[in-house]
Amino acid sequence: MTRNVLALTQRELIMSFFSPVAYVVAAVFLMATGYLFMNATLIEGSEATIRPLLDSMSWVLIFAIPLLTMRVLSDEFASGTIEALMTAPVTDVEVVLGKFLGVLAFYASLLVTTLVHVGLLLRYGGNDVPAILYGYFGMILLGCLYVAVGVFASALTKHQLVAALIGMGVLSLFTLVVDSFAAWKGGLWRTVLSYVNITHHFQDFSKGIFDTKAIVFFISGTVFFLFLAVKMLESRRWR
Amino acid sequence: MIRVQNLTKVYSNRKAVDGISFSIEEGEIVGFLGPNGAGKTTTLRILTCYMPATSGHASVAGHDVFTDSMAVRRVVGYLPESTPLDMNMRVREYLTFRGKIRGLDRAQREAAIRRVTELCWLGDFIDRPIHQLSKGMKQRVGLGDALLHDPKVLILDEPTIGLDPTQIRETRNLIHHLAKKHTVLLSSHILPEVEATCERTIIIAGGKIVASGTPAELKERIRGGSRLIAEVTGSGSDVKDALKGVNGVEKVETSADDGWQRVTIETKRGADPREDIFKIIKQKGWSLRELRLEVGSLEEFFVQIVAQQMADQRAARTEARV
Repeated sequence: MTRNVLALTQRELIMSFFSPVAYVVAAVFLMATGYLFMNATLIEGSEATIRPLLDSMSWVLIFAIPLLTMRVLSDEFASGTIEALMTAPVTDVEVVLGKFLGVLAFYASLLVTTLVHVGLLLRYGGNDVPAILYGYFGMILLGCLYVAVGVFASALTKHQLVAALIGMGVLSLFTLVVDSFAAWKGGLWRTVLSYVNITHHFQDFSKGIFDTKAIVFFISGTVFFLFLAVKMLESRRWR
Repeated sequence: MIRVQNLTKVYSNRKAVDGISFSIEEGEIVGFLGPNGAGKTTTLRILTCYMPATSGHASVAGHDVFTDSMAVRRVVGYLPESTPLDMNMRVREYLTFRGKIRGLDRAQREAAIRRVTELCWLGDFIDRPIHQLSKGMKQRVGLGDALLHDPKVLILDEPTIGLDPTQIRETRNLIHHLAKKHTVLLSSHILPEVEATCERTIIIAGGKIVASGTPAELKERIRGGSRLIAEVTGSGSDVKDALKGVNGVEKVETSADDGWQRVTIETKRGADPREDIFKIIKQKGWSLRELRLEVGSLEEFFVQIVAQQMADQRAARTEARV
């Protein structure tokens, strides 16, 4: 099990680092977060905290991660390599986990490059290292959930663009849409919507509030979407 | 080694495979022959656990393809029709990855890669990216991958499609060579292909097995259709009358061609009246410039039964509508 997952993860990483899409997405992601960081933090009179950086990254990732994950299964379906993969002794769970970990590793390396901003922050005033570490821990959890949603979207179709759009749609639904929807509604609606609101849970990390509820939310959400991805992959055989 | 019983696969509304049964013994090399869309690929995909059958059973090396899929995958080496490879990897990287997911450790993997490199002549491009390779090279990489874990059973879907004649010959030789150690099932829609490589042929059309046997057995079945061709002088009706009297002749047709009569003689099953025909012609004082036995080729037989099968199906469909 572990060996197969590791082999699949490694293959996924090779493909990510080979793909021009990954580099373009990484470049645009860094440009966008750099711009937002500069505008919110690097101006006179603004607070030297990590929070605006984390929040802006979480927004940009709604669009960046589906572009990184769109390839993972869609391309296997389109090029037919799925047939070579699924007739080798690997299970559907191992395939999905390998894809997930491969993109997650690429995402983690992308996250490392944003430490430039953190460096600037530490140099010019910010010194709340625990808040920064906890915030980045939250970024990893957020990445897990986003990548799981992206892998699920990619399991739905052989068209990469469609997979990317579905991924963005699902992520927007659980961030932007539920956020504004909850603002109009009251009572039970608000409770339910705020429970599935990713932004709401992520703010615990960006504000530096330790809450197991948020950690449980991200982990269970990740498992849920990976489970759906496995089921989608299984169901392809029956069509 | 491979057992298939009443296997049926229905896609949303079309029966791709319709209740086929066959079995293949260890060490056999069997060709799966049929026109495009006959159900060859579907059958192979069921045998390699890529998709489940709608009904029926199939097992490979004693493992059921549905309930014991991982065990089947471990003993089968499969080359899919389109030879899907990870284009962004180098050949060695790809084979290393494939070796890993087949559970080979580092030493075994290196030995296996050396072995298939030699077997499939990958040496010249083992360190090149796969997307740069020609179709024939890719086919060899795919074959190398299928052989990596030294599988008991090799399943090859159209292994020579898209190759040039030299490569086709090389691939055939390789398959022949492999047949000594492996049980091989290969599919093709090209008859000489199967005739050249396989000990036994299963002909499939419209999702059903329409004939099976060794090339010699299949030829035996069409011996009844063999004909004699002769060219003689003399008038058409004289020739016809004279030849009809010969023992073993079923039917005679003539056509005039530039002073010669071109004669087509259908013989009775198993009969070869060439000598008697020659004697009669000599006796009548005609000239003879050609006399040959035309054994119906496997090709013709194939075309015939496939056409028959298609016609039957059309008839059945029309009946169903009425």
